[in-house]
Amino acid sequence: MITKRLAAIAALATLAPLTLAACGGSTSGSAGGSSSATVDSLKVLDYYTDEPGKTQIGDMLTACGTSIGVPKIDREVVPGPTLIQKVLQQASSKSLPDVLMLDNPDIQQIADTGALAPLGDYGITADGYAPGPVAAATSGGKLYGLQPGANTIAIFYRKDVLAKAGVKPPTTWAELRTDAKKLTVGKQYGFAFNATADYEGAWQFLPPMWSNGGDETDLKSPQVAGALQLWKDLVDDGSASKSVVNWKQSDVNDQFIAGNAAMMLNGPWQEPALDKANVDYGVVPFPVDQAGQTSVAPLGGEAWTVPMTGDQARMSKAAELVRCMNSDANQLLRAKQGGLVPTKLALASQFKQEVPAMAGFTDAVAGARARTGKLGATWPDTAKIIYTGVQLVLTGQAAPADAMAKAGA
Amino acid sequence: MSDTKTLTSATPRTTPAPAPVRSRRSGSRRLEELTKVLFVVPAALAIVALFGYPVVKNVVMGFQDYGLKTFFTGQAPFVGLSNYLAVVSDDVFSKAVVNTALFTLGSIVGQFVIGMLLALFFHRSFPLNGVLRALFLLPWLLPLIVGSAAWRAILEQDSGILNVTLENLGVISTPVPWLTSPQVALVAIILVNVWLGIPFNLTLLYSGLQDIPDELYEAGALDGATGWKAFWSITWPNLRAVVSVVLMLGVIYTLKVLDIILGLTQGGPANATQTIALQSYQRSFVEFKFGQGAALSNILIVISLVFAVIYLRANRRQVDE
Repeated sequence: MITKRLAAIAALATLAPLTLAACGGSTSGSAGGSSSATVDSLKVLDYYTDEPGKTQIGDMLTACGTSIGVPKIDREVVPGPTLIQKVLQQASSKSLPDVLMLDNPDIQQIADTGALAPLGDYGITADGYAPGPVAAATSGGKLYGLQPGANTIAIFYRKDVLAKAGVKPPTTWAELRTDAKKLTVGKQYGFAFNATADYEGAWQFLPPMWSNGGDETDLKSPQVAGALQLWKDLVDDGSASKSVVNWKQSDVNDQFIAGNAAMMLNGPWQEPALDKANVDYGVVPFPVDQAGQTSVAPLGGEAWTVPMTGDQARMSKAAELVRCMNSDANQLLRAKQGGLVPTKLALASQFKQEVPAMAGFTDAVAGARARTGKLGATWPDTAKIIYTGVQLVLTGQAAPADAMAKAGA
Repeated sequence: MSDTKTLTSATPRTTPAPAPVRSRRSGSRRLEELTKVLFVVPAALAIVALFGYPVVKNVVMGFQDYGLKTFFTGQAPFVGLSNYLAVVSDDVFSKAVVNTALFTLGSIVGQFVIGMLLALFFHRSFPLNGVLRALFLLPWLLPLIVGSAAWRAILEQDSGILNVTLENLGVISTPVPWLTSPQVALVAIILVNVWLGIPFNLTLLYSGLQDIPDELYEAGALDGATGWKAFWSITWPNLRAVVSVVLMLGVIYTLKVLDIILGLTQGGPANATQTIALQSYQRSFVEFKFGQGAALSNILIVISLVFAVIYLRANRRQVDE
């Protein structure tokens, strides 16, 4: 009898942790709800996981915090691909950060859910900014994010290799093809780009597509087909590896560093790796098909936003932090540190003088086009069609003229 | 417990015992029942929380417009079958179904045959047996992300070590486009998955082999059953229970394989390696259409259930025999 009672107690005891855990779960929801006049800390979420950027951003956040009277910044850094998932988790548990960094093509999608506060409520405008970053951060006529620095992709070339072959960096597609062919020797391909089955592959197709007058709202146009033809020609000529359908931008950079590619399409965030490997490289904007066209580059870079946390005092301090991160001094500092271009047009000429190496990118960013500028939150659906179309062409499954239709356009 | 007690406990059915005794006895029985229930409750709660809730939630999500907005507003309106219609009417779906079938079949056949041969090989005793067998477990120890990154480098068309080796051996004259040709990519991915699945098959089949008593082989040898004959009439029948578990788990594990495809091709080139599991992942975590992702994973769950039922029925028949 005693053993039976003991057994019953033992069984009950095993239940205890479960019920305790259940109680513990219900109390945590109320955190962050308290509203006080003084804000002594702000929660920040971003994806700058790589050094030196991680520390530089951290220092800038702390300095801004001090200048607006917030002594403590609770910063969380998560890997890029998991940022949105993290934000969704936080949204459902009502624990969104006070300041949130978002990649520019994601802003409208997140803003459309009602998760972000319009910056106009805090007197922040984007006057004097390049049009690309403003378009990316605007939804329904309201501004939701402020982007201190922008980047894009352009042609990187090995100076020594081109000089040896007597080749000048290309300014037209015809030159790109002949140069790339001339530079293809032995293991070395003339050109490398990224055409993977993901948003990166779509992003890399935008320079030829946009520069040729193609538009994401009309993917079946001859201009888009012309751009597809260029990608196809480069691979068919043997000037670019067939592996481009499986090379991410980081792989493309590895090939360039390894000497397997004389030119590549890539962004300034690769420069630390290139410098570390002592590659002697130059950068020129992506060429155009015919003289008279202008090279249009896609806008890259991240913006700072203020999520709707419900705490007005904290939200207005958060807006001050966003404003500080975008001050003239911080835009210039961040641009120099991170291989970016300031988004305030007035700063561009000063920046060009101070960092002549970035001149190619500075001009490109002034005219850079936001991926979500026309399509807004539906851009991802179109991006999927674009990368599928590119892959269909490069694997010989479809002709450039009907690839986008086959991909679902 | 004494004999007398056992006897008395049987009596109440025929002759009613005095009231106080009965109440005490039924009280103790109730306590006993309660104890049994209490012991089951933690496991039941764990099952409900860890298996029941996600499955029910997933089924419900399949009928909801569950997107980015839901996380902020908490609203997920019911949309009937439109998620299922959307995913099934997508051009890629039929391709994903065929690929899932080919991938599963190819992987299982490859893993099982090689695993079986290795298990039989290691069942004989020879020097360094244990060391070699441990080495075969390596794919299991390697994180899948590392494994697929390594395979991506190995299968690289121009400079990958596999093509370079094959070219030097004179097996091929032009590089094989392992991951870059829609005709070859699925085969390459099956090969990598076979490599990954060998340790699982080897380990389970090897332990199954060890459970077969040696006497059976000795008796069989006396009757002239050696070599292949011994395999078909002694090993195979005795291994059937293990084989069915290995195959059933293999099918379910393979149906949901995601990481190596993500690491190697992301479903490309030109959707050549799309599977239902990958489609489900991409809809949920790349496009944030969680309702559609749930619909696809529900389809996958039903397919897995079909195999589970086949396994259970086969198992029952075996028990009946």
